[in-house]
Amino acid sequence: MLAIFLGVEVISKVPTMLHTPLMSGTNAIHGIVIVGAILIAGSADDTFSKIVGVVAVVLASANVVGGFVVTDRMLQMFRRREPRRESNDD
Amino acid sequence: MSRTTTDALYLVTIVTFILALRFLSSPKHARKGNWIGAAGMALAIVVTLLQDSVGNYALIGIGMVVGGAVGLVGARMVKMTAMPQMVALFNGVGGGAAALIALDEFHRFGGTFSTVEATSIALSALIGAISFSGSMIAYAKLQELISGRPIVFRGQQVVNALIIGSAVVLGVWIASGGDQQGLIYGLIAAALVFGVMFVLPIGGADMPVVISLLNAFTGLAAAATGFVLNNNVLIVAGALVGASGTLLTILMGKAMNRSITNVLFGAFGQVQTGAGAARVDDGRTVRATSPEDVAVMLSFARKVIIVPGYGLAVAQAQHDVRQLGELLEEKGVEVVYAIHPVAGRMPGHMNVLLAEANVPYDVLKEMDEVNPEFPQADVALVIGANDVTNPAARTDTSSPIYGMPILDVDKAAAVVVMKRSMAPGFAGIDNELYLDPRTTMLFGDAKDSIVKLIGAVKAS
Repeated sequence: MLAIFLGVEVISKVPTMLHTPLMSGTNAIHGIVIVGAILIAGSADDTFSKIVGVVAVVLASANVVGGFVVTDRMLQMFRRREPRRESNDD
Repeated sequence: MSRTTTDALYLVTIVTFILALRFLSSPKHARKGNWIGAAGMALAIVVTLLQDSVGNYALIGIGMVVGGAVGLVGARMVKMTAMPQMVALFNGVGGGAAALIALDEFHRFGGTFSTVEATSIALSALIGAISFSGSMIAYAKLQELISGRPIVFRGQQVVNALIIGSAVVLGVWIASGGDQQGLIYGLIAAALVFGVMFVLPIGGADMPVVISLLNAFTGLAAAATGFVLNNNVLIVAGALVGASGTLLTILMGKAMNRSITNVLFGAFGQVQTGAGAARVDDGRTVRATSPEDVAVMLSFARKVIIVPGYGLAVAQAQHDVRQLGELLEEKGVEVVYAIHPVAGRMPGHMNVLLAEANVPYDVLKEMDEVNPEFPQADVALVIGANDVTNPAARTDTSSPIYGMPILDVDKAAAVVVMKRSMAPGFAGIDNELYLDPRTTMLFGDAKDSIVKLIGAVKAS
């Protein structure tokens, strides 16, 4: 419940300008399924579980790495701005 | 590692995720925030690897290296214009991972679950698989591997209802203790088909909303796997994304003045495909112009409002636009950029592109701020934007975009539209603006046209 409240609370403060990076950022965060993927791959003892587990790890790692790197690339572009309007964005 | 230490460290991860989102409220800290989130993710991964139950390190290592490399290369190579489909792709694989986790858990422990666990398995498989196949279709549509137009057929709603209905039946069966392996395969298969069927009828213009929704879905699927595996970081982080994604989806719907139900079931853009072509012949004509004429108009204007759209992104013309803007400013022309919330393929997409070209973000004005300025503008220069400038949204109740807030470019003294052709925009409808006597069209690739314009402005 707290997480839901926090999610709503945090997002409502983000300006439209940053909605694309925001979508991408939350996209990276749900890469947390990698934790689940590691747990099942790490305790797999038959071939079926090993295959499913490793595929899950591959997919989740792509989600994590890709998600954070893409977000960083987008945000990097907002970097070299003159600092004149920053006070308006908080 | 003890349960307490694990939980404490997972809590640190959660805090970093919240900080990451919090920092996104200003471009100043956003990048730092993203790395804080990434560090939190790394911590969660290490903590998980150190759990007593986790072995098979070689297998996991290979998986992480392969997946990580694919993610890294994909994220580095992708052009800024193709960003939305990349996000869709990464979102889909996350959903796929959640569905696979559910599949494996059911395979191993089917029949021994508590009701909560069994329900979570069903939800995780269902939502994860929908998110996976739905995201892949969204990717294919945005990448134009398949038509961006809504794909509809008779009785579609009924077919979809049957598919999702059968998935729900299988899910309830699992939740109430069914343990045959066929159940989970059936559930995942039905969910995959539903994901495809659910995104196919949605037009390309609405894809950002869909991606945002599927993003929330993957978050929920991750949270569901957390209940299955009894893992708090999954539950909390998943719920965080689920909630924020849902809210973002609603905000995006609002920017287009449409409810989410309307986006999902309205089959936007299918209506006018036939009626469109005939309309150009009603006596008014489209007037084409030359770069030289436009250059003169721009050079002697006091105020120019540039309206960028997806055409600018496709032509990769953001740097040239910035150059043109600077050139005009040197001549004493006031230049501002009008950014529609859904211009491009994602909300804020234009901001990202123009920021890439070093346009300072204080001349980028959002719709509500810039609309009152159009009547004072001498020229509105529309570069590859279409639906977001269509006055039909204000006047024509039969138009599928009726009610969507638009940029009031038609209120400017003169309008120049740079466009590749008369082809309709992503919503698949004609634009009245092009027939307005104050409007002239400059046909051609946006980049070529702007380069020619720059030359002509320099010469004038």
